[in-house]
Amino acid sequence: MLLIRCPYCRADRPEIEFRHGGQAHVARPTDPSAVSDADWAAFLYFRDNPRGPIAERWRHTHGCGRFFNAVRHTVTDTILATYPAGEPMPDLTAMTRPEGGR
Amino acid sequence: MSVARTPDGGRIDRSQVLRFRFDDSNLTGHPGDTLASALLANGIHLAGRSFKYHRPRGILAAGAEEPNALVTISRGGGRVTPNLRATQVELYEGLVATSQNHWPSLRYDAGAINDALPDGLLSAGFYYKTFMAPAGAWAGLYEPLIRRAAGLGEAPTQPDPDHYAHRYAFCDVLVVGAGAAGLAAALAAARAGRRVILADEQAELGGGLLAETALVDGIAAADWVAQTVAELSAAGVTLLPRAQAFGVYLQNFVGLAERVTDHQMVPHPKAPRERLWKVRAGQVVLATGAIEQPLVFPDNDRPGIMLAGAARSYALRWGVRPGTRAVVLAACDSGHAAAIDLAQAGVSIVAIVDPRADGDGAGAAASRAAGLTVRGPAVITGTSGRLRVNAVTVAPLRPDGGTGPAETLACDLVLMAGGFVPAVHLFSQARGTLRFDAERALYVPGDPVPGIHTAGACNGAFGIAAALADGFTAGAAAAGTVAAEPAPAVTGEIVPRGSWRGALPHGRDPRRVKAFVDFQNDVTARDIGLAVQEGFRSIEHVKRYTTTGMATDQGKTSNMNGLAIAAAALGRPVPEVGLTTFRPPYTPVTFGTLAGPSRGPLFDPVRETPAHAWAQAQGAVFEDVGAWKRARAFPHAGEDLHAAAARECRAVRDAAGLFDASTLGKIEVCGPDAATFLERLYTNSWASLAPGRCRYGLMLSEAGFVMDDGVVGRLAPDRFHVTTTTGGAARVLAHMEDYLQTEFTDLTVWLTSTTEQWAVIAVQGPRARDVLAPLVAGTDLSEAAMPHMSVRTCHVAGVPARLFRVSFTGELGFEVNVPAGHGLAVWEALHAAGQAFGLTPYGTDAMHVLRAEKGYVIVGQETDGTVTPDDLGLGRMIGRGKADFVGRRSLSRPDMLRPDRKQLVGLLTEDPHALLQEGAQVTAQATPVRGTAALGHVTSSYASPTLDRSIALALVANGRARMGKTLYVPMPGGAQAVTVVAPVFLDPGGSRLHG
Repeated sequence: MLLIRCPYCRADRPEIEFRHGGQAHVARPTDPSAVSDADWAAFLYFRDNPRGPIAERWRHTHGCGRFFNAVRHTVTDTILATYPAGEPMPDLTAMTRPEGGR
Repeated sequence: MSVARTPDGGRIDRSQVLRFRFDDSNLTGHPGDTLASALLANGIHLAGRSFKYHRPRGILAAGAEEPNALVTISRGGGRVTPNLRATQVELYEGLVATSQNHWPSLRYDAGAINDALPDGLLSAGFYYKTFMAPAGAWAGLYEPLIRRAAGLGEAPTQPDPDHYAHRYAFCDVLVVGAGAAGLAAALAAARAGRRVILADEQAELGGGLLAETALVDGIAAADWVAQTVAELSAAGVTLLPRAQAFGVYLQNFVGLAERVTDHQMVPHPKAPRERLWKVRAGQVVLATGAIEQPLVFPDNDRPGIMLAGAARSYALRWGVRPGTRAVVLAACDSGHAAAIDLAQAGVSIVAIVDPRADGDGAGAAASRAAGLTVRGPAVITGTSGRLRVNAVTVAPLRPDGGTGPAETLACDLVLMAGGFVPAVHLFSQARGTLRFDAERALYVPGDPVPGIHTAGACNGAFGIAAALADGFTAGAAAAGTVAAEPAPAVTGEIVPRGSWRGALPHGRDPRRVKAFVDFQNDVTARDIGLAVQEGFRSIEHVKRYTTTGMATDQGKTSNMNGLAIAAAALGRPVPEVGLTTFRPPYTPVTFGTLAGPSRGPLFDPVRETPAHAWAQAQGAVFEDVGAWKRARAFPHAGEDLHAAAARECRAVRDAAGLFDASTLGKIEVCGPDAATFLERLYTNSWASLAPGRCRYGLMLSEAGFVMDDGVVGRLAPDRFHVTTTTGGAARVLAHMEDYLQTEFTDLTVWLTSTTEQWAVIAVQGPRARDVLAPLVAGTDLSEAAMPHMSVRTCHVAGVPARLFRVSFTGELGFEVNVPAGHGLAVWEALHAAGQAFGLTPYGTDAMHVLRAEKGYVIVGQETDGTVTPDDLGLGRMIGRGKADFVGRRSLSRPDMLRPDRKQLVGLLTEDPHALLQEGAQVTAQATPVRGTAALGHVTSSYASPTLDRSIALALVANGRARMGKTLYVPMPGGAQAVTVVAPVFLDPGGSRLHG
């Protein structure tokens, strides 16, 4: 079970208090009617699946209830950083660490 | 005194006698014994039959790695545990153990015929090859037969009467293993002031030091253990004997399974049987030791053939002579150590046979100094003896790998010292990579894992002195310091040096001998060669094909030999063949331990409405809806559910019904931007809704599919009472929070779940107003003052209420919301007041029928996550002129506009009393052509008491264009012809709503 740092509660809390919310920094277009069908489909359905760090949305459901973002390494499953929703995405390439695992 | 017990020595209490039973024998042992040591003390090696060939098998090991001596322990009252390793079962007065996998008895087992079957019949992968024809016979005939013949113990048949506990624990340093390295690591960490937990799977802390003749710090090793444990205890270290660390998970989350009462004759009735510790450790020191490996030679599996280190432990720790005349096959100096100590205990050492070319080292010198005979290089080429080994043939090993002339040596004990392999399982689980030490032919921990330290034999540091030094270093490192003092001096130890991996040469016809690699799965050296010959290259595939390394021991005594044999057959170095993955658990963990208190009524929380007890008293039949218990119907005496629901339906249509709708999700949406927020979350328009009115709202996912629905009442310009489906409450609130927090951050809105705060009582039917009016104060219920789809705050039965004029039945209806604490009282008041008007409580069965007669959809029944508002015929609910709401843009995607989308329609069967199955397919032909797609499916189907015929709702491709057409619904017993109709069967104009 992961320990996840909630950036609002400023505490490391067990994974069962949280809910994963998909890839972060996928902003809803401000005027969806101006978006082409293809772009709208990409917004709805297409997400990154990197081998390495990815920024994800998490919600501290059984805590403060707030959404925040976390950078998680998809190979080691370690959470490299958490930050409040609305803050810019950190530089992921700088966060790539040697991979653990087999 | 038992036949094979030494007169003194060991860590058993000879002053007390414990009686126990093994199969039909009544035996005795002493406190401190394991079942295995007690059996050996009684001269018993034969402990079980092997998995496949039913060969007699004896006790091989002295610890968790035991593959053969699996027993069933029965404690009475349904307490039965199969497949326990006799080496880990502590003896207690009255213990009852039975051996496994034989019929009719352990000594005479009919299944042993398998051992005499023609060559290859039961070899690796036999079930893929031998039992192929005729088709179908595998599942019906062969597999059940094979399953009965093969196998381990039998699963218990009674519910487990014991209870189990879970506990979280936190520490700076968790030390796994309390042998030399673990004790040293715990000392170093405790002396540095860290919070330490020290866990060991055995009953007594000390590990290998409890069976050792060497001196530590000038005193007996066991005395050093006692002194160290006392210091650790005084320093506040949490000492956990009988606690197996079975899994290491992310971020140093470690699972420990503690056996709390299994060793007690009469456990305290309130004590848990086992306790699962969920430990979050800052640092973890793995001091898990190493496992001695057997040697692979023909018939190496007879009872009386055991690991050298195990035999030494039985002699030194348990005061047992495991035989009278021993031949020691020593590819490792641990064989010499064992021979010397067994000789000291009174066992005659016939010969020490050392296969190594370089075997003549410190171990051999010590053996010779003790007056023992050492032969080498030489091997054992065969053994004899049916239920116990009685002789071995020993042959010199020539430099070319061949064997010389064999000599037969009579014996009743054969010790195998194949060399140790580190127990790297937990390190590997912690995602540590392993490094192959080619010189010693073993895997050791490779690159360090942050927060994980390995120490002692687990780290490849063999011998007590090396383990102590490594332990102090690791413990200090885990504490963030450096070891303050040198490790204590060790004198008189024989360091286990050397190994032999793979099969030993024997010079015999390989087709005529069985040299076992995996004792538990009956896998021979030849099986592994066969797998390679048949094309398996990866050790993971070899494992699955031959089953080597599977079952309860997970290859603890077989992996390295199997790997070496496969590598030799492939002509490749061991690391290139790979290593099977180590997964939790390290040893089997009971389901009870993992489930803990989550059993029976505590398995899952149950949600009950305020009127639950009333409904129960009325004989209601309940159904589960999510975690809720909902009354399906209130059957009278002699009524079945169908009759009850039909009576309840008629009461609602003719008079009035009372329905518990408290499970509906409720969300209070308030704030200056509440209306704007709802505009963006629901398809409808909300800005135009006046306070005091309510509206049926439809919520879409961003992909444009219907996700929830419910009535929303506007209580004030800045306050809405939102209802959701029973199952959707949490999902809808999370969806709202998501958009409010992350997309619509410009809005000032607060969301509060009020599902549990309001009891909701629906009063429905033509007499609903008559029932309700006398109890209502503070508002006028008349059609003019409170029309359909209004909401008022008032008092009902003296309780503050939110009163909705809404209907999910098509009748004049109200829903009374009162604080949950008053729910039962108001329900009872309404029920009493309604008796004069024929008010009848109704359940969810009737509710379903009533709403279907009106064509009201249920999200999750008529929808499945791929249904748009237009599919449901609810296109009118898309707010005109609304530029955007969640899901709007998706509604104009090309796929959402296709003419052949499935649309909601009604179906009427040709035979009015034929009832369609929900989920049945709808087709254009009675007997559809194979390979053609169905047009859709039936979503709801009921017998309608009001219409005295069956009705059904269905999603059918282009359904609205098929009105009046005949379609078919294939069902068991033949296709039903159906007519497509509008999905409203009763009162399409809605006149009954406006009474």
